[in-house]
Amino acid sequence: MAAQTEPGKTPLYYVPAQSVWPIYTAIALLIIAIGGANFIQQSTDKVANEGTLGGATFAVGLFALLVCMWGWFRETVVESLGGKNSTQLSISYRMGMGWFIFSEVMFFAAFFGALFYTRLLTIPWLGGAGNNAMTHELLWPQFQAFWPLTLTPDGRTFEVMSPWGLPAINTLLLVTSGVFLTIAHHAIKVGDNAKVLKNLAIAIILGFIFMGVQAYEYHHAYVEMGLTLNSGIYGSLFFLLTGFHGLHVTIGAIMLTVMWVRTAKGHFTPENHFAFEAAAWYWHFVDVVWIFLFFVVYWL
Amino acid sequence: MAHHANPTGFKRWLLTTNHKEIGSMYLLFSLAMFFVGGFMAMVIRAELMYPGLQLVQPDFFNQMTTTHGLIMVFGAVMPSFVGLANWMIPLMIGAPDMALPRLNNWSFWLLPVAFGILIFAIIKSFLGLGAAPNFGWTFYAPLSTSYGPPSTDFFILSVHIMGISSIMGAVNVIVTIINMRAPGMTMMKMPLFVWTWLITAFLLIAVIPVLAGAVTMMLFDRHFGTSFFDAAGGGDPVMFQHIFWFFGHPEVYIMILPAFGIISTIIPTFARKPLFGYASMVYATASIAFLSFIVWAHHMFTVGLPLQGNLFFMYMTMLISVPTGVKVFNWIATMWRGAMTFEVPMLFSIAFVVLFTIGGLSGLMLAITPADQQYHDTYFVVAHFHYVLVTGAIFSVYAAAYYWLPKWTGNMFHTGLAKFHFWASLISVNVLFFPMHFVGLGSMPRRIPDYPLQFADMNFWISIGGFAFGLSQIIFLVVLYKCVKGGEKATSEVWENPEGLEWTIPSPAPLHTFEVPPTVK
Repeated sequence: MAAQTEPGKTPLYYVPAQSVWPIYTAIALLIIAIGGANFIQQSTDKVANEGTLGGATFAVGLFALLVCMWGWFRETVVESLGGKNSTQLSISYRMGMGWFIFSEVMFFAAFFGALFYTRLLTIPWLGGAGNNAMTHELLWPQFQAFWPLTLTPDGRTFEVMSPWGLPAINTLLLVTSGVFLTIAHHAIKVGDNAKVLKNLAIAIILGFIFMGVQAYEYHHAYVEMGLTLNSGIYGSLFFLLTGFHGLHVTIGAIMLTVMWVRTAKGHFTPENHFAFEAAAWYWHFVDVVWIFLFFVVYWL
Repeated sequence: MAHHANPTGFKRWLLTTNHKEIGSMYLLFSLAMFFVGGFMAMVIRAELMYPGLQLVQPDFFNQMTTTHGLIMVFGAVMPSFVGLANWMIPLMIGAPDMALPRLNNWSFWLLPVAFGILIFAIIKSFLGLGAAPNFGWTFYAPLSTSYGPPSTDFFILSVHIMGISSIMGAVNVIVTIINMRAPGMTMMKMPLFVWTWLITAFLLIAVIPVLAGAVTMMLFDRHFGTSFFDAAGGGDPVMFQHIFWFFGHPEVYIMILPAFGIISTIIPTFARKPLFGYASMVYATASIAFLSFIVWAHHMFTVGLPLQGNLFFMYMTMLISVPTGVKVFNWIATMWRGAMTFEVPMLFSIAFVVLFTIGGLSGLMLAITPADQQYHDTYFVVAHFHYVLVTGAIFSVYAAAYYWLPKWTGNMFHTGLAKFHFWASLISVNVLFFPMHFVGLGSMPRRIPDYPLQFADMNFWISIGGFAFGLSQIIFLVVLYKCVKGGEKATSEVWENPEGLEWTIPSPAPLHTFEVPPTVK
């Protein structure tokens, strides 16, 4: 694992040489931001930005970002395989990933917070609870406060998603995937690569099936239930929470797939497999978010 | 050990992984943004110098107040503290560099990207090609959703990029402090600047993602038909304010906790006494950080919260004055019977203690719900947060810059000019902000380009103070330039017996330091 040093000497912390990837990644984000904002404006016809190629610029930016990620991660993999990662550096990486996941937790916390605020305060207040009798009377006197809100104050109506169909299956899929991932994780710690590959593959496939089911559920919601982003606060929160979760599942599944390839190439040893561990943590985080989602978005 | 050759030219700066070079870039970037944001403040003060409209249209005035706030908060104050953290934390804890050097470079270079997008919007607006963001730095819905100009979408993505920069920077700081301390540097031996930054970094990771969530919902409301902040669909514009201030209140401590660390470092040096109440300083910082999560709605006392809500947030807010009082007490107790001298960093530090306390006391006034309902959105609020941000945060950055400049450049700065900078700033900043309390109590509203005649005299003098303060900052550029170019050589200790590992290395600090960690007794 770590750079072998002479006995009695503390290994030095590896400070990488100059790297082109951070600034390239920053430029890729610049292209994504400019292209993305133009693309959104053009495709939703809020503003007509004729002459700017929003979609194309956005696509170029995304491609550049992928290239940057490839290059940057490649650099760290080469360092790791070259034995430059001291124990202290691998602790830095682990802590870094842990705090990054905490930031993701807080990102979802904002959306869950919006959900709780809406259910506990906004909807009752619009219905006249507390000191809001006049609000109710003057704004939308016909409005009925209930959850899930299938009839908005301005009269849009739609169906809500039942938890006991596809969502329950999806819960099962993700939790099972987490179990297989944990089996793979235990296998990597004893160096049983064949077992890692088998279990990791199952975990990844379950993840992709989850995404397929989610896509089908969205299609069903849009086409048959009239449940869209435009369906008042219920539709907004439903698609925001499940959508960002789905995005994270996609990222997590890509990470796991990369880990599968790296395992097959023999990159990991029982002592040195930080990347695998980081991807596994991320997957479990996505799992936990889903369980919260299942309870508070679909079920309760 | 093998060292890669130190590259030169512009590539050195674009590709660097060195904490000192990245720290310098952060500091220079924040200085540039300070002048850009300052220029906008000059436009605002020029318009407000006389009653009536003379210089700019109201919509452009709104764009000025908005972008002045955004640039100063996210572009000047925050990056200046990150720059100091980059330079000083590895030196203070005996680490060879930041824990994740490439990430560090990325965090920096995202900032010019984000602010490039924002400043481009202003330039476009100036050329008459569409309005820049004009809804105030707090970008409340529905001003920013239903009524925001097209540039709002670029602003949203710019905020996302700033957020990535802040989160990655904070992750780096936390990991560095927890994992990279030299042997023997236990947590309770860390310099307070390191402690306050540890807590600041935690706040950043906890709340910047919430800001990202808020702007994401804004984007969806603007373009994808959602109703987060639209009551017609069952949403609530007040919810935007809750989410924003859940980020926003910890954010204001993000901008002041590192300042507390700086002042706690400088005062003991020039009072020639150890810091009074080190442990209580640590606990006070942690308490302020904890309380910062449960006071956000004191920014919203006039939106019609339930009575219990107003009371809870009022009491919690007033509670903050206890740990803050502990800090001010400790600084004064450190100076008490010390062998004090008044070098430039100490002058800025003492001014900080006095003037920040004024800002803190006006904050206590604003915390009282019924009183705040009178002060809300008046110049009293403007006076309050400029006392804590300009004479608080910015003065502490100047104190830090003067304290460590000799260590960074190897040269002493020109003391006479630096003192001139201090006194000119000190006098003008009070001419600028102190009368704002009175026009605010007289109920002059903020963010409005015109005002009734009775505020004319005060506003004239406020503007004079503003221009004088703006000009005074140019003196700093001269001091900085001269100090980088040459001057009396600094010793490795620079000051008389200062505490800390950073004074055990030569001045200027070599590019690589503490490759083999020192042992701390």
